[in-house]
Amino acid sequence: MIKTDILIIGAGPTGLFAVFEAGLLKLKCHLIDALPQPGGQCSEIYPKKPIYDIPGFPEVLAGDLVDNLMEQIKPFSPGFTLGERAETIDKQEDGSFIVTTNKGTKHHAPVVVIAGGLGSFEPRKPPIPTIKNYEDKGVAYIIRDPEVYRDKKVVIAGGGDSALDWSIFLADVAAEVSLVHRRKDFRGALDSVEKVEELSKIGKINLITDAEVVDLKGEDHLDAVLIRHKDKAVGEELKETDHFIPLFGLSPKLGPIANWGLEIEKNAIKVDNAYDYQTNIPGIYAIGDVNTYKGKLKLILCGFHEAAIMCQSAYQRINPDKKYVMKYTTVSGVSGFDGSKKEAKKEVIKSIN
Amino acid sequence: MSDVKITIIDREGEAHTVDAPTDMNMNLMEVIRSYELAPEGTIGICGGMAMCASCQCYMLNYQHMLPEKSYEEEDMLDQAFFVEENSRLSCQIPITSDLDGLEVKIAPTSE
Repeated sequence: MIKTDILIIGAGPTGLFAVFEAGLLKLKCHLIDALPQPGGQCSEIYPKKPIYDIPGFPEVLAGDLVDNLMEQIKPFSPGFTLGERAETIDKQEDGSFIVTTNKGTKHHAPVVVIAGGLGSFEPRKPPIPTIKNYEDKGVAYIIRDPEVYRDKKVVIAGGGDSALDWSIFLADVAAEVSLVHRRKDFRGALDSVEKVEELSKIGKINLITDAEVVDLKGEDHLDAVLIRHKDKAVGEELKETDHFIPLFGLSPKLGPIANWGLEIEKNAIKVDNAYDYQTNIPGIYAIGDVNTYKGKLKLILCGFHEAAIMCQSAYQRINPDKKYVMKYTTVSGVSGFDGSKKEAKKEVIKSIN
Repeated sequence: MSDVKITIIDREGEAHTVDAPTDMNMNLMEVIRSYELAPEGTIGICGGMAMCASCQCYMLNYQHMLPEKSYEEEDMLDQAFFVEENSRLSCQIPITSDLDGLEVKIAPTSE
């Protein structure tokens, strides 16, 4: 069991900055994120895009902002559970919470902060009505163990890097690899596109372009996919296969958090913005893009503000008997949990005679 | 201030004719959001960077008058579902005075 003072769900810019504000109050943080790296959307969707509305930064790349935040919070040694999605929350008798991820990792904290942005990034599922019936019965959206496909027939769909890379990889593992894509153009690294072309020429990848998988067949397990060609003269073909792997990128979903009993409005969590961004469940806060209130703006700078306010309230909740006043970093500096200390240089007083 | 009339068919099939300003640097996705014609969190998820496909619309007229698709837009439509010949990412369509009378239909959400 991982124990911490503030458990933050979501390691985007807001969640990361909350670690800093909590650290100033000597509260330790641990973050859970479904993505394998911190930074949320900034790292996953637009790391190379410049942002122009971070106060004090006329221009900063989203990826650099994340790097800077990681550097800023380093003294407070946050813990990370990455690549796992927060699944359930259980309130304990003492008012604290246990949050368990989809992989069973348990986290115990008196305060839970949801900084989940638009939700956790999940694979996008093609709109084939029967696809649910075949999940884990031949259909997978993520390749966890490539050995599953050894000496099997595999159909991959998609035109991006992951579709290309896995087609190349599985060409040496599977009995047969088909790559189905809607267009002739692939948008991946040039190397990968060329490699697929080469493997297609020597018959190691069966490249099917201008086509789409539109239906799935099989009794208990997938045994064929129906491929529709754009060219009406070619029409449809039934292709025998053991596995179908659609790789269409990721999109964010509010996910299991939506079932935690929190008040949801417009796909976001309602919070008290007259005070501390607490949700309808005391001890659970929501900050950043994931929350909503009258006048809400989904801006990184608003998330930072909400993080600071939330931490003051969380401090009082964790230490109900302690008196505290907010201190400026210009006055007190930053004392890390790692023993580091940053502070302004003391002025030297020396008289000149 | 100058407005154009745009007809937007929502995901339930209901048509709404709305006034869209041409002087606010707005795009079609933002017009749809400002009139709340699709629930928050189901449209314009990436904020308008052509990095998701949640604002996909079918252009029912004026297709020849719209700006060419950028590489990024082509890319995203490539990964999107329910894509038709007249599909566009509405965040890539700036509201200009030529678009008076534009008719569009919001594409279904993918799961």
